[in-house]
Amino acid sequence: MLSDVTFGQYYQADSFVHKMDPRVKILLLIAYIVMVFVAKTFLGLFATLIFLLVTVVASKVPIGSVLKSIKAILFLVVFTAILNICFYSPKNGDTHLFWVVYTEGLISAGFLALRLVSLVMGSAVLTLTTTPVSLTDGIESLLKPLSLVKFPVHDLALIMSIALRSIPTLANETERIINAQKARGAEFDSGNIIKKAKALIPVLIPLLISAFRRGDELGDAMDARCYSGSKVRTKYKKLTLTFRDLVATLVVAIAITGVIMLNAYDAQIMLMLAKIWG
Amino acid sequence: MGMCVIINVMQAIEFKNVSFGYGDTDSRQEVLKNLTLTIKQGSFVALLGRNGSGKSTCARLINGLLTPNEGTVTVFGMDTRDKKNLFEIRKRAGMVFQNPDNQQIASIVEDDVAFGPENIGVPREEIKKRIDYALKATGTEEFRHSEVARLSGGQKQRVAIAGAIAICPDILILDESTSMLDPKGRKEVIEVVRALNRERGMTVIDITHYMDEAVEADEICIMGDGVILAQGSPSQIFAQRDIIMASGLELPVPARIADALKKEGLPLPDGILTKEELSKSLCELLQKI
Amino acid sequence: MRIVAENLTFTYNKKSKFAVDALKDVSLTIEEGSFFGIIGHTGSGKSTFIQHLNGIIPVSAGKLTVGDINLADKKKIVKKRYKELRSKVGMVFQYPEYQLFAETVFEDVAFGYRNFYPNSTQEEVKRAVFNALSMVGLVHDCINKSPLDLSGGQKRRVAIAGVLVSNPEVLVLDEPVAGLDPIGKNELMKMLHSLHGSGAVKTVIIVSHDMDEVCENCTDVAVFSEGKIVFSGKPKDVFRRSEEMNGLRLGVPVTGYLIDELKNIGVQIDSDFTREDFAKKIADYYKNIK
Repeated sequence: MLSDVTFGQYYQADSFVHKMDPRVKILLLIAYIVMVFVAKTFLGLFATLIFLLVTVVASKVPIGSVLKSIKAILFLVVFTAILNICFYSPKNGDTHLFWVVYTEGLISAGFLALRLVSLVMGSAVLTLTTTPVSLTDGIESLLKPLSLVKFPVHDLALIMSIALRSIPTLANETERIINAQKARGAEFDSGNIIKKAKALIPVLIPLLISAFRRGDELGDAMDARCYSGSKVRTKYKKLTLTFRDLVATLVVAIAITGVIMLNAYDAQIMLMLAKIWG
Repeated sequence: MGMCVIINVMQAIEFKNVSFGYGDTDSRQEVLKNLTLTIKQGSFVALLGRNGSGKSTCARLINGLLTPNEGTVTVFGMDTRDKKNLFEIRKRAGMVFQNPDNQQIASIVEDDVAFGPENIGVPREEIKKRIDYALKATGTEEFRHSEVARLSGGQKQRVAIAGAIAICPDILILDESTSMLDPKGRKEVIEVVRALNRERGMTVIDITHYMDEAVEADEICIMGDGVILAQGSPSQIFAQRDIIMASGLELPVPARIADALKKEGLPLPDGILTKEELSKSLCELLQKI
Repeated sequence: MRIVAENLTFTYNKKSKFAVDALKDVSLTIEEGSFFGIIGHTGSGKSTFIQHLNGIIPVSAGKLTVGDINLADKKKIVKKRYKELRSKVGMVFQYPEYQLFAETVFEDVAFGYRNFYPNSTQEEVKRAVFNALSMVGLVHDCINKSPLDLSGGQKRRVAIAGVLVSNPEVLVLDEPVAGLDPIGKNELMKMLHSLHGSGAVKTVIIVSHDMDEVCENCTDVAVFSEGKIVFSGKPKDVFRRSEEMNGLRLGVPVTGYLIDELKNIGVQIDSDFTREDFAKKIADYYKNIK
């Protein structure tokens, strides 16, 4: 059934990461992204990946689910890598392999690809461990200071929340209309692109009409329940920070410091490693 | 009890010479024509009539979703045309709509029930109490943290009632709220509403097509072509066969069976409406001899 | 067209943690010419079952034949056969008015005909549309109106006409009277009976929650519960099992309730549960003891 799309990403589990405050998770994701960009060498990137791996283990999400997120952007990764290889501007002393390909070009393309993959996997950890609902709550709470400059934070959050809760309803409706038109002999999987697009009209029009009707009724239902914008409004859900969030923040802070150190002492560490291996 | 007990004694709702039409003044299609109606505090009123007879319009006039073109609608003495009253009126007249999927705002049950209290500025601790109360009164405590989308139709409508009564209204309007439910869901919803009426004195206006639902109301109003065709107790109303037929309604099934039996010559009393009444009369009749 | 299902089984979301057994070993025969009632709660599997009948849900386990089409035979089912099947088994979903999309009633009703018979002439389309509209009792002057401008009951008729336009032998309707007012309900049921009686549609299958409606209208009944058929047969034989039907929270017609109550005081009434027959049998009993 299409209605299961609501669960799309979220992986239900009882873990340290799941229980964290969504605001902290969003901020720490931003910190992680900074970390990925700060890392200037492979060693730094590997360190961030190890940090990510620890987070994944702590979240009890199977590593496969996290890796799956790469599949969606695989094309983008390969595409940027190829661009990087082809348009690499060689410096003096670079090793030319063939055509426009240089060893250094390959290395820099690999670095960028790895960076992209780290970014996507990091975001996946957030969406896998946080329900869309608490994600919305977190974003609303984080954006709250903006309401001082008349930015409609509350309305935006309400729109997001209604959009989220409408997904299963509209998915079911779409399925029902598709089936009804199939029963009337409609075909959706034959012919060229234009024919296929045309076949969707009998689905899209009823869907649109119904979405408007639903919107209308929902508006009435909100009015009936005394909705009048954010003037006197209170809020039931309150996000509270816990010890857990503090610990996580400290861990991320240490990780970032580590990555910066790695940048600075990269050469020395490499030398040391070389010595150890003899 | 304790929470949201209703004590006022007065007319809950008054329609005085109300006319209403959709569209502009010159191209207006009249839906209600000079309609006058009073609904007593604490009563359970079934509003019947064909599709398009103006029942839903009536419901929307009560809580000010619509305002009359002519005449006045007052709720506990407050005129719905006065914008200043709207908030207070909606606080006192909650409404549950027809489609279970078109009235939920949040994904999770408790967040959705909290929406009304949040809107009227109830403090956080008090909202929690109200959610407890509303979920308990509708028997939906077990779904508190569930996704609304995962519930059955009857459960969704009970959550919608919880959302409405969390504002602590004196009046509950059901706008065909049972029409999209199966018999099981319908029964769940009606039981909840009946308990709210009996135990908490909530005034209930039930717009419905189901005659067996109407039979158990205190009072029935029949609408047709924008006017009230009849108002009275179920036995008074269903005794007027001509009005029932003319307004496109039908007798409850037990009454139709009783009619068929009378046609066959059985001496059954008049005014049988429920299957319990019919069974009692039949048993008496067939056992006597 | 005879419909025969043998051990039909279907599971939603087979591989996920939300797997639901929608049908378990369902075996049922629907004879040509019957007015068949399907009863069951929401989620009992009845919707899944009827969506198998025109191949909206493909057979995944068990057997299903509709007329001479073997739906379980995956190799031979080519698209052409699916189309043929759907033109012969018309399916009216719940609240079918929500599928209307075209600018005029004519175009909307014609949609199905043009899909099934892409090479038809404008004259043939016209004839089929007019025929379908008259089958549902709509006058032809509505053909140029937008379906959105019609009343709720008329919209539903247009939607049903849109299914009847391909001249199906079997008409399946999922809760056809849901949301209608009493008169609308009676008119629609009357219309289905006249379609069935005149032979315009050979077999009618309705999904219903209303035991009185099923009892008064259907020649055969199947009761679904938790993906299985618990009873099937003549309404008389099904509603006789009032204890089980009440146990399933489906209940029995009012006449069934009365027969049970009378049985409790020692009065045995053998009726087919229709109001007319019940009244006659009671009158006979009354005359006898008097």
